[in-house]
Formats: sequence, structure tokens, C-alpha cells
Amino acid sequence: MIAIAAGVTLIAIAAALVLNAFQGNVVFFFSPTQVAAKEAPLDRTFRVGGMVEKGSVKRRADGLTVDFIVTDTAKSIPVVYSGLLPDLFKEGKGVVAQGKLGPDGAFVASEVLAKHDENYMPPEAAHALSKAQADKAAKSVVSPGAAR
Amino acid sequence: MIPEIGQFSLIVALALALAQAALSLTGAARGIPGFVAVARPAAQGQFVFVAIAFACLAWSFYSNDFSVLNVASNSNSSLPAAYRIAATWGSHEGSLLLWVLMLSLWMLAVSVFSRSLPDEMVARILGVMGLIAVGFLCFMLFTSNPFERLLPAAADGRDLNPLLQDPGMVFHPPMLYMGYVGFSVAFAFAIAALLDGKLDATWARWSRPWTTAAWVFLTVGIALGSFWAYYELGWGGWWFWDPVENASFMPWLIGTALIHSLAVTEKRGAFKNWTVLLAIIAFSLSLLGTFLVRSGVLTSVHAFATDPKRGIFILCFLAVVIGGSLALYAWRANRVEPGGRFELLSRESMLLANSVLLLVACGAVMLGTLYPLFLDALGLGKISVGPPYFESVFMPLMAPAILLAGIGPLVAWRKGDSAQLMRRLRWVWIAALVGALFVPLAFGRWAALTSAGLLLAFWILAGTLTSLIVRIKSGTKITSAFLGMLLAHAGVGVFVIGITLVKSYETERDLRMAPGESAELGGYSFRFEGVREVRGPNYAAARAAIAVQRDGAQVARLEPEKRIYLVQQNPMTEAAINAGISRDIYVSLGESVGEGAWTVRIHIKPFIRWIWFGCLMMAFGGLLAASDRRYRATRRREATSAADATVVRGSTA
Repeated sequence: MIAIAAGVTLIAIAAALVLNAFQGNVVFFFSPTQVAAKEAPLDRTFRVGGMVEKGSVKRRADGLTVDFIVTDTAKSIPVVYSGLLPDLFKEGKGVVAQGKLGPDGAFVASEVLAKHDENYMPPEAAHALSKAQADKAAKSVVSPGAAR
Repeated sequence: MIPEIGQFSLIVALALALAQAALSLTGAARGIPGFVAVARPAAQGQFVFVAIAFACLAWSFYSNDFSVLNVASNSNSSLPAAYRIAATWGSHEGSLLLWVLMLSLWMLAVSVFSRSLPDEMVARILGVMGLIAVGFLCFMLFTSNPFERLLPAAADGRDLNPLLQDPGMVFHPPMLYMGYVGFSVAFAFAIAALLDGKLDATWARWSRPWTTAAWVFLTVGIALGSFWAYYELGWGGWWFWDPVENASFMPWLIGTALIHSLAVTEKRGAFKNWTVLLAIIAFSLSLLGTFLVRSGVLTSVHAFATDPKRGIFILCFLAVVIGGSLALYAWRANRVEPGGRFELLSRESMLLANSVLLLVACGAVMLGTLYPLFLDALGLGKISVGPPYFESVFMPLMAPAILLAGIGPLVAWRKGDSAQLMRRLRWVWIAALVGALFVPLAFGRWAALTSAGLLLAFWILAGTLTSLIVRIKSGTKITSAFLGMLLAHAGVGVFVIGITLVKSYETERDLRMAPGESAELGGYSFRFEGVREVRGPNYAAARAAIAVQRDGAQVARLEPEKRIYLVQQNPMTEAAINAGISRDIYVSLGESVGEGAWTVRIHIKPFIRWIWFGCLMMAFGGLLAASDRRYRATRRREATSAADATVVRGSTA
């Protein structure tokens, strides 16, 4: 009996911990289109993903802070990041940034992710791109072949 | 020609596996000695053919046979020979072949080191393992053939992912798989015992060394993987709570619960059902891990949905193995006699509490790993569950487990003596409190979590030392199993010290450094001396030189690199590390920002080596425990009693 009671208590504690941790620590993903539509939270960390726009990467004078634009081909969002960029961060390649929206509408990234494979695109970035393309295709009534 | 030999060997191995599973299970159930006798030779033959297949694939990689698709997509003629061989398990198909090789290696081991076990038991165990082999061989032959030809042959290969071109790739996957797959032995023992209806202390004694051995391999495999990620990824992190890592960590947690629960079943005959259930879960999680990593479901749920052949196969296989074994469990478990009774304060109840804690912690890890996949698959949005979730759930669940591990060995079986326990714990308390309060003073910065972590670490270390002293004073013989347990527990303490100090006192800075510039971090000064070009066997690199000084004396000259691997044109950060017992200095090179200046990241990681050293202590403790003479001695004794039984049977016949 005691063992069962202890077991139930333990599971209750674990469930409380899990729920609490989920509430505080789950990071949601938004595409630039969603951010432009003001769907993203203002005071909470989230992820944004897409492609680094060609010609958009600029380094500031301190040598560490980088500005670039993430696009899903429909909408785009400026991102600021200070620190070392991952090896596979490149213009025209997929990227996912984690951070918060700044007061000026730019996304202040605390972390930039780009995975290690020339063909590989972070799944979230790929999703954002294909979704934007699908929307475009639907609008222009072209064949929906662009959507994967 | 060679690849076809490999292909053919796999087919022969499948035939042998089918025969092994069908004949030995039927033989054991119906009592047909001729069928039972098939088990050992079939398992050994299967090993031979799988080994031939593996050797053929390794040869194709070694000899740059780009007419094999697998070789063409994962290797290159400019790849150094050691990595060409390691590339054998760098691909999906190759790593499955490694999985099957490990399985047949474990089967070979069971068939050789089981002379003392009743033949029917061996037949059941090898029969169950044969079924698993059938599943994996079919998976390989029908969905992931490692020997598929590419015609016309490619001129050269697409190269191995540069991240994998590292000594870590040579040792980490085989170790990890050896551990993963090793739980199939414990699983097969459990299923065999359920089929047989004989779940007793002897069964537990037989499975213990096997389970511990698998756990040792898994521990070493995970630690190697963590160390590899630390020095190779260039970010200075050692554990990311990445789904791929969690996939190997979940079986480890259950395996840890299992080896402790097996101890109770062997010593006290209790928790039989619980132990069997843990054995089933441990192997099920190994399979789930294989599914997660190998089906492509992690890279993209959608990719999985568009090419579902592999994923569906593994899902069905999972359903059959897990569903089947749980059904068998539900059917047979109620026939198991309850074990010896015990009081609330007893070693049994502490071990039970610990295994429940480990199971719950594993459940929390699983939830965090699978939940985003479910949401995504159902189209309910994309989320990521990062390290903060895992840390805030995992730590509160593991803290009581570590407290219990410190006390457990000090409490008697069946009924503990609370007054005696309090006396024994006196010094443990003092040591833990002193350590928790004074060590942070040495670092000059205090935080509640730091003290909590150190309290746990010193608690388990002091508790373990006290158990040793108590044992020496009592005059009982100190077995290697007992020493192994103590060493593993001390390893947990060392591991926790490492994590606590690294988490509390690590520092890092991202800098832009021009030649001749200096920066300070954690009492060290770093002088950037500039970058020069160097050539490796299959890469070109920019190599920086950074002089590290402390109080004017040179500590190290670090040379981090930024490499471009020529075949795939992939950049790779190669960090430079000055290792030490009390700290690592870790430097990685970012990118050129003009005028000879580069971005650089420097870290100081206090006591980080203790993390892996603690893991090695745990593994070595497991090795000591698994090699205890008791297992061999009892085997011999059983062999003689089995011989007696045959004589008796013979005389009555």
C-alpha cells in the first residue's frame, strides 16, 4: 500500500514538474509570414526560420554583431545576432534563429542554428519555405507543384 | 563480386536466423532435443555469415568500390583509410549492418558462455534473439540494402560528412550499438523465462552479468559520444538533449534501473515481475531509439511521410516486439510467485524507489523527445523542447535517486535498523554539508544550485566510502561485485561534481581579434598571433595561433582551425583545447572579418573532464561487477547439479 501511495505521489510530482517545465520552456516556431501577420508573441522567446536572403548579411563595426534578413520568399524579417555564427550559415541557405522581437521590429537572436550538411535544411526552415511557396502557388493559381 | 558475396551472406544469415528462431523455440516448447540442439550452431553460423557480409562492405569501402551506391554516397578516394573503414557504419544501411553484427556477436557470446544453462533455456534465449535478427535482416534486405549497386559506377564518392571524420567515429558507434543491442540478451532471458514459467533467483543470476556488460558498453558509448560532441562541434557543449542523444540515454536509464532490480531479484527473490518488465522496456527503448534515429522521422516528419517504407517497417516491427512481449508478460506475470517480504526501511525498498525514479525520469525525457514529433505529425504547430525543459524536469527527479544511492548500501536487506543507519550517516551528513558550503567559497561565487549539486555529490561519495569502511570492519569478504558497485557509485559522485562546477563556473567570450591583440578571461590572457593557411589530406584550413598566459607565464599555445573539406566544400570548426584536471581552455575560430582579424570564441570550462571520468568510473565499476567470480563459480556448481539431474533422469528412464 505504502509503495503504491509513494508511487502515485511520485508520478504526481513528476507530472507537475513536466507541465511546469513545458509551460516555461517550450519554444514555438513562426515563419516570417506569421511574424509579419503579428502572430508571434512580443515578450516571449520563439524561433523563426527560413532562408538567409542573398546579399543581406552585414557585419557591424565591432566585428561581432551581424545583421541579416530571413525570408520565406513571401515575407522577410531582419535579424540581429552578436557572436560566432555556425559553420554552415550562408547566404541563400536555410537557417533557424531563436530569440525575441525587439522594439523596432527586428528579431534579436540569442542563438543561430544551421545544421551540418550541405543538402540539409533545418526542418523548420524548410517548412516555412515550402508553406510560403504553397501559398503563393495557390494565389497565382499555378499548378501546386511548388509545394512539397 | 565482393558485394554480391556480402549480399548472399546476408541471405544465408537470414535463413539461419529463421531456422534458429523456429526450430529452437518449437524444440523448447515441445521438448524435441534435436530441434533444441540447433540453437547454438545456428547462432554461430549466423555470426560467421553476418561477419562475412560486414567484412565485404568494409572491403568495398576500403578499396574505394564506387560501384556500390552506399560507398559512392558516403566515402571518397581521398578519405584516409581509417575513416574509409569507419564510413562503413557512417550511412543508414551500414549502421544497420553494424547493428546486426553486434546482435550476432551477442548471440555468439551467449552460445559459447552458456554451457551451464539448461539446453532448453539456451534454445529459448537464442530463439528469441533469432526472431529479432530475422526482423532486422529482413529490414536490411528489403528496405535498406547496403550492397545496392550503382551502375555505371561513380568516378569518385561524395565523401563522408566532415563531422564524422574523427577518431570518435571509429569507436563511438560500435560501443553504443554494442550496448543498445546488448539489452536484447536481457530481453531474451526475460522472454525465455516467461515462456518457461520459471522466473527465479537462478534466472536473475544468469542475466545479471549479461545485462551489466551491455550497460557498460552503453555507458562508454554515451560518454564517448558526449566527449566527441564536446571537442568536435566547436561549441564547447557536452550534452544537448538532442533527440539522437536522448534515444541512447533512455535505454541507459532503464538499463540502470534493471541492473539494480536484478540485484534484488537475485539476492531476495523479490520484484521478479518488475525486473522482467524493466528488461522488456529497456530493449523496447533500444528499438525505439533505432527507429527514431534510422527512420528519418527526426530530420523531418514529412520526409518520413513521403517515403514511409522504412519507417512503417520499423513501426510494425516495434509493435510486434513490444506488443508481443507485453502481451506475454500480461499473460504470464500473474503466475510468478511473489518474492520475500521486506520492511519500508530496507535495501529492497530503496532499490525499488530508485528504479521507479529512473523510470519516471525516462518517461519525462521520452515525453520531451516525442511530443514535438507528435504535434508536427498532427499538423498542430512546430515547437522545440530544449535543454531548459529537460534540466528542470530531470534534475529534481534524479536528486532523490542520488540521495538514495548514497544510503542504499548502508541499509540491510529486508529490515533496516534506523538507529544504526543514523549513526552511519553522521559523517556522511557532515561531509556533504561541508563540501556544499565550502567548495563554492573557493570559486568566490555562491548559488543555491551549486551547493545543491555539491551536496548530492559529496553525499554519495561519503556514503560510498562509509559502506566500504563498514564492510571492512564487519570482516566480510570484499567481492569484486561489491567493489564494482562502490566504484560506480563514486563515479556518479565525480560526474555530479563535474556537471555542477561546469554549469556554475564556466565562462565564455565571443571576440573580434586582430593579430597582436589580447583579451582576458577567467584570469588567463589570450594573445592572438594571426592565422596561416595549412593543407590536410582532404581539407584546406586556416590555422590560428593563440598564446595563453597566466600571470605572465605561458600556459599553452592553442591552434584552432577553420577547415574547408574539399569534396563537399563544407566548412568545419576544429576547436583547440588545453585540457586539465581542474579546467579546460577551449578556443574556436569563427570567420575572417577583414584586415587579418577573426572572430574567436574562448571558453574556460572548470572540472569538465570529471564528467567523462565519472562515466568511466561507472563503466569500470560495471566491468568489475560483471566479472565477479560468483557468476562463474555458481555456473560450475549448477553444471555439476545439472549433470546429477541427468544421471537421475537417466537411471529412472
